[in-house]
Amino acid sequence: MYDKGKVLTGLAIFVIIVTFPIWYNASGSEHYPNPKILTKVKDCVMPLAYMRSSHMKLLVDWRDEVLRDGNRTKVTVDGVKYQRSLQDGCMYCHKSKTKFCDECHKYVGTEPYCWDCHFVPKETD
Amino acid sequence: MDVKRRKFLKIAGLSAVAGLAAPSAFNLLLNKGEALATEGRSGAKSEAHGEKSGETSRQYGMVIDLERLQRSPGLAEKCIHACNTEHNIPQYNNPKDEIKWIWLDDYRHSFPEHSQYKKNTALAKLPVVLLCNHCAHPPCVRACPTKATFKNSDGVVMMDYHRCIGCRFCMAACPYGARSFNWRRPREKDANGKYKFFPDGVNPEFPMRMRGVVEKCNFCAKRTLAGRLPACVEACGDSKALVFGDINDPKSEISQVLKAKYTIQRKPAAGTEPSVFYII
Repeated sequence: MYDKGKVLTGLAIFVIIVTFPIWYNASGSEHYPNPKILTKVKDCVMPLAYMRSSHMKLLVDWRDEVLRDGNRTKVTVDGVKYQRSLQDGCMYCHKSKTKFCDECHKYVGTEPYCWDCHFVPKETD
Repeated sequence: MDVKRRKFLKIAGLSAVAGLAAPSAFNLLLNKGEALATEGRSGAKSEAHGEKSGETSRQYGMVIDLERLQRSPGLAEKCIHACNTEHNIPQYNNPKDEIKWIWLDDYRHSFPEHSQYKKNTALAKLPVVLLCNHCAHPPCVRACPTKATFKNSDGVVMMDYHRCIGCRFCMAACPYGARSFNWRRPREKDANGKYKFFPDGVNPEFPMRMRGVVEKCNFCAKRTLAGRLPACVEACGDSKALVFGDINDPKSEISQVLKAKYTIQRKPAAGTEPSVFYII
């Protein structure tokens, strides 16, 4: 084999670069999303699993029902009535956009444009 | 098989005729059946996108008494201001960027189809309150490629800003100039963190719009659904300068006014059947 030293050094550098993401993240420094719900209420309008996977579908359905059909009836869970509204419904319990919405959205790198028009409630902690 | 040429040609000819005639005969019979079924429904028209679903459906409308508005100076401005604060209408102070839901213009430009020849001098100075006409046959709804604008069950021409792609076909289609395009971002803030274009503050109950959507008057759909009057009508108080209600309900206040008074509409020849009427 010609240039043994050069080839092996090159190979080693190549392997290090290719596997860089693996060992970089193995150090355990990664930040996992941890959305905070600032409310005493236990139940959401839908089961947790559904909300985690399909809250965007629920929001779109609510939007169409309220805006296009004029159906502003409230959703009752455990005797508590909630408005079918992002601004006045969801954010009633999930008071903090930065601690709830942004936690996961930033992690998965999505940027919903809800807040271009809707108002973020005042962050109260 | 022993088939004579003569017999073969006869069978082939008959089969061809039958093959050609059968589908059309079948269609004829089917369509006849369908036609009978439609007649059975007393000729009810199909309710297409934006089409009026008969006189029985609700159609909110407004009567604007320009004489009364003129009699109490500042009232029209008060109405406009009420709408602007209710719906977070940005004040750009630049006619090119202007967003307007309800605004003022002169008689000449508001009623271009009416004769301006040798009219009384007061008419030239008469300020006319203009807003979306919430037409019975809205051309903007027909033009919209995404159904972002639609006619709701109250007869109000609504905007779904989530669906608007900003093509502005509706603005070209509207004969009344009732639609405004958001050329800029209304949310911009100044160095002190205050909204640049909302000198009177914002109403957190009503969302703003984003750059790139078309907006217009929604006859205060959120308020009327809650049983309240539109903001402009409420601002008029008891002056009765603006009367709001269902023009298809013969018992409503607005229907009584329409029956009693001579009213005009903007550009009636456009065939859009505006729901906003004016008493000059």
